Amino acid sequence: MLKIENLHARIEEKEILKGINLNVKAGEIHAIMGPNGSGKSTLSSVIAGKEEYEVTEGDIYLNDENIEDLAPEERAHKGIFLSFQYPVEIPGVSVTNFIKTAINETRKANGLEELSAKDMLQKIRATAEMLEIDRKFLSRSLNEGFSGGEKKRNEIFQMAMLEPKLAILDETDSGLDIDALKIVANGVNKLRNANNAVIVITHYQRLLEYIVPDYVHVLHNGKIVKSGGPELALELEEKGYDWVK
Amino acid sequence: MDLKDKLITSFLAFENTVGTDTESDIHDIRSEAFSHFETAGFPTKKDEEYKYTPLNSILKQDYNVFPKSENTVEFADVKKYFLHDLDAYKIVFIDGVYSSFLSETTHDGFDVCLLGSALKKPKYKMVIDHYFNKIACKKSSLTSLNTAFSKEGAYIHIPKNTVLPKPIQIIHFATGNEAAIMLQPRNLVIVGENSHVQIIERHQCLNNNAVLTNAVTEVFAAKRAIVDYYKIQNDNTGASLIDNTYVQQLQQSVVAVNTFSFGGKLTRNNLEFYQEGEHCNSHLNGISIIGDKQLVDNHTLVEHKEPNCESHELYKGIYFDNATGVFNGKVIVRKEAQKTNAFQQNNNILIGDRADINAKPQLEIFADDVKCSHGCTIGQLDDSALFYLRSRGIPKKEANALLLYAFANDALSQINIPELKTRITKLIAQKLGVDLGFGV
Repeated sequence: MLKIENLHARIEEKEILKGINLNVKAGEIHAIMGPNGSGKSTLSSVIAGKEEYEVTEGDIYLNDENIEDLAPEERAHKGIFLSFQYPVEIPGVSVTNFIKTAINETRKANGLEELSAKDMLQKIRATAEMLEIDRKFLSRSLNEGFSGGEKKRNEIFQMAMLEPKLAILDETDSGLDIDALKIVANGVNKLRNANNAVIVITHYQRLLEYIVPDYVHVLHNGKIVKSGGPELALELEEKGYDWVK
Repeated sequence: MDLKDKLITSFLAFENTVGTDTESDIHDIRSEAFSHFETAGFPTKKDEEYKYTPLNSILKQDYNVFPKSENTVEFADVKKYFLHDLDAYKIVFIDGVYSSFLSETTHDGFDVCLLGSALKKPKYKMVIDHYFNKIACKKSSLTSLNTAFSKEGAYIHIPKNTVLPKPIQIIHFATGNEAAIMLQPRNLVIVGENSHVQIIERHQCLNNNAVLTNAVTEVFAAKRAIVDYYKIQNDNTGASLIDNTYVQQLQQSVVAVNTFSFGGKLTRNNLEFYQEGEHCNSHLNGISIIGDKQLVDNHTLVEHKEPNCESHELYKGIYFDNATGVFNGKVIVRKEAQKTNAFQQNNNILIGDRADINAKPQLEIFADDVKCSHGCTIGQLDDSALFYLRSRGIPKKEANALLLYAFANDALSQINIPELKTRITKLIAQKLGVDLGFGV
């Protein structure tokens, strides 16, 4: 699904990623952990195509296609979804209208017809129910005045609606209380199948109790310094990051 | 002959056409205003108030100042400029001349009709003497020019305790049949105690020929009156508009003027509020979205004269290419006006590196127990926000438009007519060059 080879990236003059290698296959969940400033968010932004970052070396392949020259929206159309740590507020545009626009733009780019109003509504309702989202919430302006937890849940709602091939959850657990965390994790677990993959980026082990990864990678100073199974997350929780540096 | 000379030599002929047969003071008012204009002339760049809005390029056209009276238009050709899905009274002018065919006026319980007849007929004399030209600025040469040539426009007089069943649309069409014309509509709006009226005003040229409109509107809101005034300024590139609107409020009245400036060559809005009673509330909202070589200038004044009043001012501007925006917001709080709450906000986004905005808040506060704030921002679109939208599959152009729409959005919140809100949203989408794909 996703193959990253020797990826180096910088913003302005500062090199942040210094040779990342990562191979994520369909059906897998990977967790990327690491201390603040290790490059976790940069990695997710670079995969999603944020233009402020310059890839200086290495390649990113999605299903064997090099996506380096693709715009963020083109990557989204090919099935990459990034759940933001800090989602943006868009006054005057409701959650429903926003997701409609996003879905139909993606369908258009893939040569599909727009989803009918009826199908869209059904899908929205079913997804909202799954994530225990109140319908009133859907007519509010996107992220405007949302609590931290509401913003994150809304990100997962959008993910569920867009059904990405590769979902990257960037610090989705931050700002969530334990109930919201369970709902979000439950949503992610329901959506996973043999044809998609998830990368969970997190500072803490907590979320990984609910979304159990197949692999855990430790990012430090722009490089993956250690990889292992789910037990690695527990070890990190116990010993801290100093242990792997 | 330049425009000023042309206007001066036309004045006598004009006076003959309107006649002076009533015993009202109209003739004197016109003559006095004319002398003022004759002395002062058009504002120049040396005038501080017109420093960033040079009128010389629009004044050098050879305007016909007496448009022909027989111009007609087909309803099918102009239907789109009406809010045709909205039941409304209509006062429509074609090249400055009233079109009874396109209008729907009334005298049933209240007057929604023509200033032209109100100025002439004795039964309106008392009202005219009491209100006409009472708050229009005597120091503005452009307003004086309009007063001197004032002949036609909307006359709206709502007695007390009357809520109008439907809004009023005032539309000034210019046919563009002549290479260049000058129009000077004059509106008078009087809203009685406890009464409520909604007015939508639009100036529209039907082709790209030059039109210069110098409009004056006086609005009087009596005690507890509510007035919602909407100005749609989306004219063709040959049309320029100088809109002078004066509002006087008595106690507990609420008046909102919403100005949507999306078109035209040059648009100058002089909007002045005078609060003459306690607990007045004034709202001034504006959205400007303009592009190449267009200019929109919002000059506002709110004068707080009495205690316990509020004013809320919110102007949003989006400027593309080498568009120019000007905002000058003056707030005066007189010594007596304690407990005033006056808020002013002006936010601008420049797209491209050639657009220009000149913003100037001016607060003159003579009372000591007041809350006054002003804020002005000039910025560009936020890259992180843009990335967020694009990462959801929304292409760059649409993502830009969505963000700009979101930026302008809070200035739309006071549109109380759903059909109008839909229309304005569509105009914004059109202006931003996208189909936003949703209603409001």
